[in-house]
Amino acid sequence: MPLLEVDRLQTHFRTPDGVNRAVDGVSFHIDKGETLAVVGESGCGKSVTAMSIMRLIAEPPGRSAGEIRFEGKDLLKLSEKEMRKIRGDDISMIFQEPMTSLNPVLKVGRQIGESLRLHQGLGRAAAEDKAVEMLRLVGIPEPKRRAGEYPHQLSGGMRQRVMIAMALACSPKLLIADEPTTALDVTIQAQILDLMRDLKQRVGAAILIITHDLGVVAEVADRVVVMYAGRKVEEAPVNDLFADPKHPYTRGLLGAVPKLGSSLDGEAERLAEIPGIVPSLKKKIEGCVFASRCPDAEDVCRQFAPALEEKAPAHLAACHFSNRDAAEAAA
Amino acid sequence: MTAPLLEVNDLKMHFPLGGALFGERRYVYAVDGLSFRVERGETLSLVGESGCGKSTVGRAILRLLKPTGGQVVLAGKRIDDMGSAKLRPYRRRVQVVFQDPFSSLNPRIRVRDALAEPINNFGLAKDNAELTRKLNMLMDKVGLPREALGRWPHEFSGGQRQRVGIARALAAEPDLIVCDEAVSALDVSVKAQIVNLLGDLQKELGLALLFISHDLAIVEHMTHRVAVMYLGKIAEIGTKRQIFARPRHPYTEALLSAVPTPDPLAKRERIMLKGDVPSPISPPSGCRFHTRCPYAFDRCKSEEPRLREVEKGHEAACHLNDRDAQDNPLLSGARA
Amino acid sequence: MAVEARTLAPPPGLKVAEELPDVIPARKPLKGFWGVVRRRPAAALGGAILLAMIAVAAFAPLLGTVDPGELAPSRRLRPPSADFWFGTDMLGRDLYSRVVYGAQVSLVVGFSVAVLASVFGLAIGLVSGTVRWIDGVVMRLIDGMMSIPPILLAVALMALTRGSLQNVVIAITLAEIPRVARLVRGVVLSLREQPYIDAAIAAGTSTPMLVIRHILPNTLAPMTVQATYICASAMIVEAILSFIGAGVPPITPSWGNIMAEGRALWQVKPTIVFFPAIFLSLTVLAVNLLGDGLRDALDPRMAKSL
Repeated sequence: MPLLEVDRLQTHFRTPDGVNRAVDGVSFHIDKGETLAVVGESGCGKSVTAMSIMRLIAEPPGRSAGEIRFEGKDLLKLSEKEMRKIRGDDISMIFQEPMTSLNPVLKVGRQIGESLRLHQGLGRAAAEDKAVEMLRLVGIPEPKRRAGEYPHQLSGGMRQRVMIAMALACSPKLLIADEPTTALDVTIQAQILDLMRDLKQRVGAAILIITHDLGVVAEVADRVVVMYAGRKVEEAPVNDLFADPKHPYTRGLLGAVPKLGSSLDGEAERLAEIPGIVPSLKKKIEGCVFASRCPDAEDVCRQFAPALEEKAPAHLAACHFSNRDAAEAAA
Repeated sequence: MTAPLLEVNDLKMHFPLGGALFGERRYVYAVDGLSFRVERGETLSLVGESGCGKSTVGRAILRLLKPTGGQVVLAGKRIDDMGSAKLRPYRRRVQVVFQDPFSSLNPRIRVRDALAEPINNFGLAKDNAELTRKLNMLMDKVGLPREALGRWPHEFSGGQRQRVGIARALAAEPDLIVCDEAVSALDVSVKAQIVNLLGDLQKELGLALLFISHDLAIVEHMTHRVAVMYLGKIAEIGTKRQIFARPRHPYTEALLSAVPTPDPLAKRERIMLKGDVPSPISPPSGCRFHTRCPYAFDRCKSEEPRLREVEKGHEAACHLNDRDAQDNPLLSGARA
Repeated sequence: MAVEARTLAPPPGLKVAEELPDVIPARKPLKGFWGVVRRRPAAALGGAILLAMIAVAAFAPLLGTVDPGELAPSRRLRPPSADFWFGTDMLGRDLYSRVVYGAQVSLVVGFSVAVLASVFGLAIGLVSGTVRWIDGVVMRLIDGMMSIPPILLAVALMALTRGSLQNVVIAITLAEIPRVARLVRGVVLSLREQPYIDAAIAAGTSTPMLVIRHILPNTLAPMTVQATYICASAMIVEAILSFIGAGVPPITPSWGNIMAEGRALWQVKPTIVFFPAIFLSLTVLAVNLLGDGLRDALDPRMAKSL
């Protein structure tokens, strides 16, 4: 049994000008100890998916439907009290901006200790000792001294390390990381990605990483889910996705990212563009969600939404034509 | 030989820290002695991590800030100490595109009025007919429909707003556009559109670009020359090929190796930097990078390395370059 | 709903995604009047009460009132009845007529002070936020004025002059200006950090044009919200001034001086204080509700969470 199974998740929001179908029928699973990346552009529903799993969607204006089975239990059916026991203990989350998710008036050692006392019933002294140990685990120098500092005394990279220490304190089975390195500088980002890879091996938690950065995906993920306009359009093991993307959107994304070292000689080529803009999610989209921007779209795409099909082993894509394209390319 | 379009000599930007009633006044050394030139029609990129002072350089060149030291010379004229009246005709020649497409357009001004503002201010249109012609031409240039002139900023997506921002910069008919993280906040697919647009406009109009960015892959794609900044100083400056293929400063080397590659099979030989960037309020002695440098030795702590030419058009500020080639770790690991 | 649009059956072999249900029932978005009522019922209620109050003040002579100053010692202190809806006071004047006419004073003072304090406060705040050396001087002055409670300041100013409606308005306006100027200055300083201001400077816009075109229009929204709170506060200060006899002359009925006159008889005839107090509270509440609604509607963060 997979650790987490998301089955036809829909999360919609009521807005003054119609219902926003932010996530509309997304299914995927995460196995124990696996890293799954959900990648997509802003507004594709990737963060809402993460918030839905944590049951952090305010209701109203939002509402989720479908099933989110964690070790067989449907999280959407749990009471708020049962959910609180799971949050921070079995599933924990780290966010993009560590400063806003740390309490500014509590010392970091206390903050990490709090959740240990809450979920694992440790005493104050034991909790603070464990907190120092966690800070050491995430590579913070002089963890004892740092535990006695306030969040504002730490640099951005340090704060993200503290967030990770806090998230891992209760040895969760699943860690959800929502754009964990987006706000960081590139040398600090490299440190944090390194830390996450290292910790995965040592701690053994499954990781769901939400990101827009294909470079980050390539660095840490085992499998990848590509989202567009609230749907999953493709899912594949990371190597297969980069080597042979099956959905035109994924192909477009990969073509639009310049690679370091690729344009050193002579004039740089133009980047591949995806023309147009993301459609509004406040109207029900007939047919394929990507049809309005797809270079290969035909009438059938605008009328009938494609189902996810297994185009290669463990490689799903929602496109009527991706097999044909491959055949044409081969011919 | 004609003068370069822009010449920056020993530029300094020190911000006083408030509240120093007693004792010595402290300063943030945001930019501390920077020199470079931008030729007509070329792209120079300023790269570095947050807090390195790259955006401050852009603001000083735009004269949104008055430099505390050094010179900014635009087309042979010093503009760093000009009063606002004399400065006006020079303002036209340097325009700006900002990072955030949402806060860079006034929410209460229609696109037409936003674009007409520089045209009217600089007297670039004789009459209304010419103004309309220019406005239409600008919309064509940045790939927006002419009808969109009557719309409000909130009616556009992020990428379209960035196009409006570029059109506003073009409206003044500048020689140089400062792009301050102009594509950093955009989504991948839209980023590609804007990068291509900037490239096309540069070719078509012979614009020079000062491209301020932390995204090295985009910089490599766009630029002719690169200046790498660290804590308010230039660590290394040279052509794209020199910087990206044969970096001669350990910081550049580490920066390049830290960029995540969108290819899961790529080999990674990462030079991991220790710790964080020190504070620009009390920068380290000697070489400012020595606290994080994997190759630092005694001399780096006491003596500040000067920017010196290591090959034609390529300058780096690192003591390692004084050594013989076989003793220089920067040369043993050359990439290309 | 989508079924009619689909005239064709999918071609054989095409795998079509399953239809998903609506999680939230679609509701026709209500635009205009009813949309506002549904989204912001409290603000709509406030608006309705305020409109009613304005109508009462404007059409006072047509609302079955008599001359509010007409004395009739023979019918002093009558309880509410069909003839005298709110009863009469100790001089036999019709309380209903007095309360209805009193609405005029309250609303005139509230609106005039809101408008005047906004205009002057805006001007001072704009200049202060733009010109650095003026800022130092003006802000110290305003800090000084803000250390005196507005009511005390208004009382002190009224002590220097004759009681008249005009002087009441001037006194309260002077007391309220510092608060507006402070607010506007804060808004201007934060607007100056906006990239579009930098872009406008680079585009050669002169400082006065910068203020008029780019800064002023963006201060109007927070200004309007503040104006409603000033309006509410001015009505209360006016009532207090009239209550302690430092406000409008006693001949003009105002909720404050009606309450002051009824104060001595509070134990025996509570209605004399009760009716003007209810009207004052309702009006102030209405203005505040409207202000809260405006604040939420104009604050983009709140608007997004709708």
